[in-house]
Amino acid sequence: MEPANGIEVEGLVREYRKGPRAVDGINLSVAPGEIYGFLGPNGAGKSTTVHVLTTLLPPTAGTARVGSYDVVKDGPKVRSLIGVALQEAALDPLLTGRDHLRLQATLQGVRKDQRASRAEELLHRVGLAEAADRKVQGYSGGMKRRLDLALALVHGPRILFLDEPTTGLDPQSRTALWEEVSLLRREDRVTVFLTTQYLEEADVLADRVGIIDRGKIVAEGTPADLKAEIGRPSVHAIPRNDADRPAIGEFLSRFGEPLDTTRDVAVRLREGLGLTDIVRAVDQNGIDIVDLELRAPTLDDVFLAKTGRTLEGAAEQAESEQDRP
Amino acid sequence: MSSALPQVTAIARRSVVRTSRQPASVIPPLVFPVVLMAVNAGGLRSSTDLPGFPTTSFLAFALAVPFIQGALFSTMNAGTDLARDIQTGFVNRLSLTALRDWALLVGQLAGVVVLGIVQVVFYIVVGLTAGVRFESGIGGIAVLLVYGALVALSFGALGAWLAFRTGSGETIQALFPVLFVFLFISSMNAPRNLIGVDWFRIAATLNPVSYMIECVRSLIITGWDWQALGLGFGFVILLGIVSMALASRALRTRLTRT
Repeated sequence: MEPANGIEVEGLVREYRKGPRAVDGINLSVAPGEIYGFLGPNGAGKSTTVHVLTTLLPPTAGTARVGSYDVVKDGPKVRSLIGVALQEAALDPLLTGRDHLRLQATLQGVRKDQRASRAEELLHRVGLAEAADRKVQGYSGGMKRRLDLALALVHGPRILFLDEPTTGLDPQSRTALWEEVSLLRREDRVTVFLTTQYLEEADVLADRVGIIDRGKIVAEGTPADLKAEIGRPSVHAIPRNDADRPAIGEFLSRFGEPLDTTRDVAVRLREGLGLTDIVRAVDQNGIDIVDLELRAPTLDDVFLAKTGRTLEGAAEQAESEQDRP
Repeated sequence: MSSALPQVTAIARRSVVRTSRQPASVIPPLVFPVVLMAVNAGGLRSSTDLPGFPTTSFLAFALAVPFIQGALFSTMNAGTDLARDIQTGFVNRLSLTALRDWALLVGQLAGVVVLGIVQVVFYIVVGLTAGVRFESGIGGIAVLLVYGALVALSFGALGAWLAFRTGSGETIQALFPVLFVFLFISSMNAPRNLIGVDWFRIAATLNPVSYMIECVRSLIITGWDWQALGLGFGFVILLGIVSMALASRALRTRLTRT
């Protein structure tokens, strides 16, 4: 009987010798054929989780089963089931796309008489047939990512780990990769564990999302459920004069609790209030703003509600902590 | 699970292909030792007039040096490449496949050996073209090829150990000049019995590289000197065993996969 292609994680901890607890007791479950989005800022523990689940790092504590195999006891069996595209594409700049696929196919045990055809099929699938015999050093970022995806698929894995697959890609390449991932799930019933720091990516692709911050999962559910949990929309105003921000902030706070944003002044609306209430009040009080916008809750709002920070702010904080000597 | 031989072959092939696509890794190990040999042969030609010098052709005497020097060069490159694979995450990519740990090391070293043999063939052709007579004949040339492969394997394992241990190409490049000191404090330019400076003669006598050079040299200028061959093969095999043991251990530490 084939092992189920789900993922089960219980109390997973990963501590680095001289560093922090990168993953701090997380529990998660990914159903077979599901796309699970693992969302969080830089340094939240996403990549460490992927490294543990893909057998590259042993966990400090807890258990993880991938495709019903234990990642510690059955490393080789787990590796035979999974395809992985890590955050760094890690390609050899001196090899061609075809060289990479042949090497990967050989190392993954694809039969000799099938290697060339499998490479050809994947090169076409990811749109690299024409560039197949060019050295990777001449590839764009998007082409490298697509090759990375093809390499992850070479042995027909039933579970796919994609660690920030679209970071640094232009919107067109990003959309193409999203389509490919959706297709994999739809046609091949591949389970996808996808880490991302892009809200839109998690929103568009994932059936369910786990939000991780400082090594802990702070929220989990479908994007719709998570946003519904927040419930109320937010109102964002852009003052004509920057000096008016405090006054406008105080004014808007009559309609809901203030949000910590940098680009505008915003509040989460209280129950029963709508945009028209604010527009009327702005008019009556002669508040000088250039734009007023009502926004439905986003995953960023979920992150904010759960952690007290925006994803962007958390990323900046992580970067400044990394820079600190 | 994938069988090991295709894995070793694939890793070795990749090593050869990527080296062949970097002229900066191919040309210096071939050309620099030959240029140095030509310069030495020109400047030290009169050494052959010294009583007890083992040959009348300094070129034949000096031809042994490129064999060892070239091996040092190419293994430095191999070690640097491997360290770069660790730095860029390529080793992680390989770790995620069905590749066996030892197949990574053996494949990498097989690539180094192939390149080492190419170098030896090049030096032999250069020697023959320059009129050097190989006293051990065709059989000696065959032994030279085997010895070249062993030297490449041993020094390659040393490079792999440094790569797995440090994970830094820059560190390896900084460490390898130290190995060149062993080359220069050896019998590369004069037979040990003719070295007049006491400390240098003692250092050259204690230096295993002297015996590696003398092994190659004996096949070129003497014929079948079993003592020189025994010492040369003995030291290179010993170096190989120690380097392989260190490299295997460092590999296990480096690859933390379960």
